Amino acid sequence: MSVVIILILASLAVALLFLAGFVWAVRSGQYEDTLTPSMRVLADDPDKKVSETKSKNK
Amino acid sequence: MQPSSAKIDRPSGGCFHCGEPCPDDRFVTAEKVFCCFGCQTVFSLLKENGLEQFYELNASPGARVRNDGAAARWKFLDDPAVQGKLFDFADYVQAKVTLHLPAIHCIACVWLLENLFKLHAGIGRSLVNFSRREAAITFAPDKIKFSELAALLASIGYEPLLTLGETEKAKPSPLNKRTWLQIGLAAFGFGNIMLMSLPFYLGLDSFNGPWFRVMSGWLGLALALPVVTYCAADFWRAAWLGVRQRVLTMEVPIAIGLAAIYGVSIVEVLSHRGPGYCDSLCGLIFFLLCGRLFQRRTYSRLTFDRDYKGFFPLSVVRKTPAGEESVAISRLQTGDRIILRHGELLPADAKLVSGGACIDYSFVTGEAEPVACGINQHLYAGGRQVGGMIEVETVKPVAQSYLATLWNNEAFRKNRDNDLDSLTNRYSKRFTRLVISVAVIAAGFWIFRDAAVALKAFTSVLIVACPCALALAAPLTHGTAQRILARFKIFLKNAMVVERMAEVNTIVLDKTGTLTTADARGVEFQGAALLPDEERWIASLARCSTHPNSVRISKALGAAAFPVKEFGETPGLGIEGEIGGHKVLLGSRAWLGNRGIIPGAHFPVSGSGVLVAIDGQPRGAFALENSLRPEVEQLLAQLGGRFELALLSGDNEREAARFKKIFGEQATLRFNQSPADKLDFIRELQRRGRKVMMVGDGLNDAGALKQADVGVAVVEQIGVFSPASDVILDAAELPRLARVLEFARRAAVIVRAGFVISTGYNVVGVSVAAAGLLSPMVCAILMPLSSVTVVLFASGATAWVGARIFRQRKSDNSFKKSTDELRPVATSMEAA
Repeated sequence: MSVVIILILASLAVALLFLAGFVWAVRSGQYEDTLTPSMRVLADDPDKKVSETKSKNK
Repeated sequence: MQPSSAKIDRPSGGCFHCGEPCPDDRFVTAEKVFCCFGCQTVFSLLKENGLEQFYELNASPGARVRNDGAAARWKFLDDPAVQGKLFDFADYVQAKVTLHLPAIHCIACVWLLENLFKLHAGIGRSLVNFSRREAAITFAPDKIKFSELAALLASIGYEPLLTLGETEKAKPSPLNKRTWLQIGLAAFGFGNIMLMSLPFYLGLDSFNGPWFRVMSGWLGLALALPVVTYCAADFWRAAWLGVRQRVLTMEVPIAIGLAAIYGVSIVEVLSHRGPGYCDSLCGLIFFLLCGRLFQRRTYSRLTFDRDYKGFFPLSVVRKTPAGEESVAISRLQTGDRIILRHGELLPADAKLVSGGACIDYSFVTGEAEPVACGINQHLYAGGRQVGGMIEVETVKPVAQSYLATLWNNEAFRKNRDNDLDSLTNRYSKRFTRLVISVAVIAAGFWIFRDAAVALKAFTSVLIVACPCALALAAPLTHGTAQRILARFKIFLKNAMVVERMAEVNTIVLDKTGTLTTADARGVEFQGAALLPDEERWIASLARCSTHPNSVRISKALGAAAFPVKEFGETPGLGIEGEIGGHKVLLGSRAWLGNRGIIPGAHFPVSGSGVLVAIDGQPRGAFALENSLRPEVEQLLAQLGGRFELALLSGDNEREAARFKKIFGEQATLRFNQSPADKLDFIRELQRRGRKVMMVGDGLNDAGALKQADVGVAVVEQIGVFSPASDVILDAAELPRLARVLEFARRAAVIVRAGFVISTGYNVVGVSVAAAGLLSPMVCAILMPLSSVTVVLFASGATAWVGARIFRQRKSDNSFKKSTDELRPVATSMEAA
C-alpha cells in the first residue's frame, strides 16, 4: 500500500505547481484589472486588417 | 449628453468623430462630416498614422476636443517638482506615468490609447485600465517632453485630468495582491488537507496502518502552517489590537478558536491519536478571507474621500511681466496675477483686476445663479468663471481660502470606517464572554473527574464556538446589498454604510442641485407665442454662449441651428447676433436698455428671466425657474411618515412657501445657510441623539455630508466631481431613496437572522463539546457547514429582498447594464 505515498507526493507536486502559477499570476498584476483585457481582445489585430483590405483592393 | 440612438444610427447630420450634431458642412474630409475643426484634425491625424480602425470599433467613438490644445497650458508639467509627484518611475532613458483620462468610454478608446506609440516615436508601451479610466504610458523624455505628451493626448480628445489631489494620492498599494495571495494559499491548504483527510472521514485509514495516520497528520500541520501564519495574519493582528484596547471585537474569539484548533491538532498528531483538524482550520480561514474580500469591494472609478484638492486644477495661468506662464498651484503666491477662462475654477481667494467676471458659486454656496462682479470685488475660491476671460490677483494662499477652511473642521478628521459600534461587534462582546465562561465551567466540571476530558472539553468548546459563521453574516449581507444597489447606480463607499443607513431616522436635504435642477424643464416663454422660425433663431443664438441660462434656453427650444453672424456677448448680461438677416438679442432688462430697447413694464419676469428682442423690438421673456426633479414630491411623501425631514438651502427664502407645502408642517426648513451652518445643524441633530442622513450635491454640502451619519452625494454624472461622502447616487435615481432606506433596514434584519442561525449551530456544537463527546467527524462537518449555511442564507436572502423591493417600478431600464464600467474591484485597505 506504500504506492499511496507516491500518489500523495505526486498530487502535492501538481498542486504546488498550480499554486506557483497562481502566485506568479497575482505578482505579475493579472488580478489588478480584470475588465480591460476582456475589451482588448475585441479589437482585431491591426496588421491582419490592413492586409485584408489590401487584398480586397487587389 | 448625446442620446444614444444618435450614436448608433449615425444620422447624416452627426459628426463622424464624436457624433454631435454638425451646424453646417464646413468641416469635410474624405466624405466625412465633422462638427468642428478639432474633430476633423483628430480624424486626419489618425488617418495619417494608419489608425482608422478606431472608427470601426464603435460608431462615432471620439471625444469632442474642447480645448484648442494650446501647448502652453501644459508647460508646468516640465517642472521637475511636478514630474516627481506624477511619475511612477523615471530615469534618463524612459519615464512611466499613470494619467487619469476621464474621456475614456469605450473599446475604441482603449484600442486607440494602447496604439498611441504609432502617433509619436517617443511613446512606448501604453496600458489602459478601463475601470479606473487610467492609462499608464511609458515614454522617452528626450524624444517627447511630458508637456508634449499631455498636449498630444488633449489634442486627440483625451485630456488628462490633473488635479491637486491627484499628485498626493498614495500609489496603488500591494495590499490588493496580498489579499489574493492569502485567499489562494488558504484555498490550496484547505483543498489538499481535505483530500488527505477523506480516508479518515470514510473510515478507510485502517487499510494503511498507523504510519499513514502519522504521516498525513504531519503533512496537514505543515500545509496549514503558512495558512495560519500568513493568511490569517490580519486576524491575529486585529485580535491583538482588540485585546490591547480591551475591546472584545469579533476577531478575539476567532483568534482564540483558530489557535485552539491548531494547538489541538499538534497535540493529536504528536500523541498519535489522529490527524488533527487542519482541513477545517484552513477552510474557516478561507471563508473568513472571502467574507473580508466581499466586504471590502470598492468602486475604483469613484472617489469617496475627495477633499478640496480634488476639485482644484494642478495649474493655473499666471501673468508675469514676461508674459503668461502656466504654474503649479502649489507654487502660487499671494499677489500673483492669474488668468481664468470660461469654466475654470478659482483656486484661491482673489480680487478682480480686469474682465467681465461672472462667477458661478453653485459649487460653494448652492446658489444657482452666477453672480456678476465688479473690479476690485473680492472673489471666493471655488467659484467658476462663466463667460469671457478675467484677470484676478490672489489675496490669500490656496490652503487658507474660504473653501479650504471647511476642511479644517474636525468633522473631516474623524474616521468612522473602523466602526467598533457595529452590529457584529456589539453582538460579539456578549458572545465572547459567554463562550469563555462556558469553556471554563466545562473544564472546571471535568477537572476533578478526568483531567484529559477536561482539556478536551475546554478546547472543543473554544473550537466549536469559533464564531466564523457569525463573522460572515454581516459582510455577506452588506456586500450583497452593496452590489445590488450598484446595479441601480447607487454606490456605497463600503459595506458598513448599509448598517449605518438602517439606523437613520432623520433625513436632511439640500435644495439646489439636489431636489431641484436647472434643466430644460422650467423654461417658459412669456409673451406672444414664438413662431417656429423665431424659436430657431433664438436657439441658434443661445447655442453660441455657455452661460447656464443660454444653455437651458437652447436645450428647451431644441437643436435646430442656423449660422450666427456678428456674435457678441457681454459676460453674465446678454448675447446678440445676426441670424438670417435678423438681429436677435437675449439678455437682462438693463442690458437691453443700454442698447435702446426698453421693454414695457408688462413683460412679467419672475425669478430670473431672460428678455428677448428681435430686430430692435422687444419680443417677450423667458422665465427660468429651478424645477423640482421628477417624483421628488412622491419621495418626500413616502419619507415624511417614517423620518424626520429637514431642508437646508444656501439659497434665499424666495421659494419657502413652495417647499413648506411639499415638506409638510413638521419639517424644518432653513434658508441662507452657509456650509458651516449646515454642518452645525447636523451636529445639533446628532446631539439630540438623531441618526442623520444628509443628501446634498455641491462642495457647499461637503461639511454636512461628512458630519452626517450617512452622507449621500447626488451627482448628475457618475465618476465626475462629488464631495466626500458615504454614498454616491445618480441624480435620476433620487426617487428610489425611500426604497434604499427600506432595503437597508431589511438587511439589518437579515444580519440578525444570520446571527441566530450561527448561534444555533454553536449551541448544538458547544453542548456536545461541553459534554466531552465531540468526535472529529462531527467537528469537521459542523464547522464548515455553519459557515456555508450562513453564506448561502445571507447572500440569498439579501438578493431576494433586494429583488422584491426594487422590482416594482422602472423594471424596463433597471436591468440595463449600467454598472459594467463600474464593476467593483476588491481593494484591500487595511483596517488595522
